[in-house]
Amino acid sequence: MRVFFKIVRDLPWFLWSGWGSIASILLFLALWDVGNQIYGDLVLPAPLAIFGEIVELSKQSEFLHDLSLSVKRGIYGFGIALALGTFLGLLGGRFVTASIMSRPIVTILVGVPPIAWIVLAMIWFGFGDTTVIFTVVVASFPIIFIGALQGSRTIEGDLSDMMDSFRLSFWQKTRDLYFPHLFSYLFPSWVSALGMSWKIVVMAELLSSNDGIGASLAVARSQLETTTALALVTVMIGVLMFVEYIILEPIKQEVESWRE
Amino acid sequence: MANLSVRDLNFYYGFTQILSEINFDLNSGEIVSIVGPSGGGKTTLLRLCAGLNDVTEGEIVDEFRSSAFAFQDARLLPWKNTIDNIMLPLIANMSRSEAYERASEMALRVGLEEDDFVKYPKDLSGGMRQRVNFARALVCQSEILYLDEPFSALDIGLKKDLQNLVVEQSMSKNMAVLFITHDIMEAIRLSDRILLLKSDPGEIIKVFEVKKSKNERDDEFVFAKTRELLADPDILEVFEIGIK
Repeated sequence: MRVFFKIVRDLPWFLWSGWGSIASILLFLALWDVGNQIYGDLVLPAPLAIFGEIVELSKQSEFLHDLSLSVKRGIYGFGIALALGTFLGLLGGRFVTASIMSRPIVTILVGVPPIAWIVLAMIWFGFGDTTVIFTVVVASFPIIFIGALQGSRTIEGDLSDMMDSFRLSFWQKTRDLYFPHLFSYLFPSWVSALGMSWKIVVMAELLSSNDGIGASLAVARSQLETTTALALVTVMIGVLMFVEYIILEPIKQEVESWRE
Repeated sequence: MANLSVRDLNFYYGFTQILSEINFDLNSGEIVSIVGPSGGGKTTLLRLCAGLNDVTEGEIVDEFRSSAFAFQDARLLPWKNTIDNIMLPLIANMSRSEAYERASEMALRVGLEEDDFVKYPKDLSGGMRQRVNFARALVCQSEILYLDEPFSALDIGLKKDLQNLVVEQSMSKNMAVLFITHDIMEAIRLSDRILLLKSDPGEIIKVFEVKKSKNERDDEFVFAKTRELLADPDILEVFEIGIK
């Protein structure tokens, strides 16, 4: 609870410290504008046109429906991957056999490109939510699994010894040693998987769905509406950046403040 | 009056015998030190007494109801700050505010400053971490205290101060102390008895008693006693000090 309040209290300073990042984004926009002036509106519409398009889109209920659908699928997929990956990873850390057995499977999961999963999922589940969520889970699960596995296999014997020497209870050990240690491995893997999930949602929707942001992107592509396409891409990046930099980054800085 | 008694203790690591026929007692309020060459099994003996390793041959009867251990390395929880680390053994038994009060008192007593309370281990020097380690061990006021060379990284001034603290706590709380040291002067300053442990395998070959009351052990006494010990043939043999 104290951690939450500290994060909220530090938020203004944190936002102010973003000037550097904002400066580099503005530079990027400037270069984009130069590109537009060289290549014209079909290939690379101007940033201003894109922002105008985003404003237009946000007035359309269909767009908002698509956006919320994509976000919903992303959250479901990520949530399932998180629960499954964390649980199995911790289990794998506990039993050496499980961890040995899981390595080749994880290699396979990571080795198969997400797009191949989409093709398979389409055949198995058809168009719609299940396909998208399935693909997200399959792509994000290995990241979280490995994080949880490494976390549970590297618990330091020294610290465990130290806590035993004070005859501390199992609950206190769990709260003060196991949990913080595991969390320090889990949290980065969750952040990484979240970014992955979001990208996969859009990609899966592009190829296998009738609704959602990815589907809108497919439509824009087929009608050569570069402006709409880029507007949708910008919205996607915007959502990702918002979640990563405004929601996750302050949490990360607080939770990992003890690291070297 | 509680007692730790060690009888016919043998310990092997694989096929190597680390400890052989160890016998000694430790009562409440007594301070016993173990001196010997590096790698001689002193830490193993301490760990067996504290219950961190299982006894396979021999017997250790531990009547003390609570214990604390200060390891050679600080072993602080990296995600907790200084004061939280010191409070670690306390929070199970008392309110947070009471634990904080006792911890901060002890932290100041071992030479830390209030500014250091919120720092994480990564921001502390080696000596400071050792002080936190020490504070954590002392703050729980256990019936027996195990120390594994806890003063080795500290400067002379702080070393003396903390040694006095150990004696003070031992006398006022009737706390037994079993500690390992390489510093013979330290052993003489603090102990009621000094166990000389030779290595390969670890055996207690001599017990030195220091009968003078601890309050009266001034520098002169300590230096004189040290000289006496350093002339002892067993000490010379165990530490392989060449006779000139």
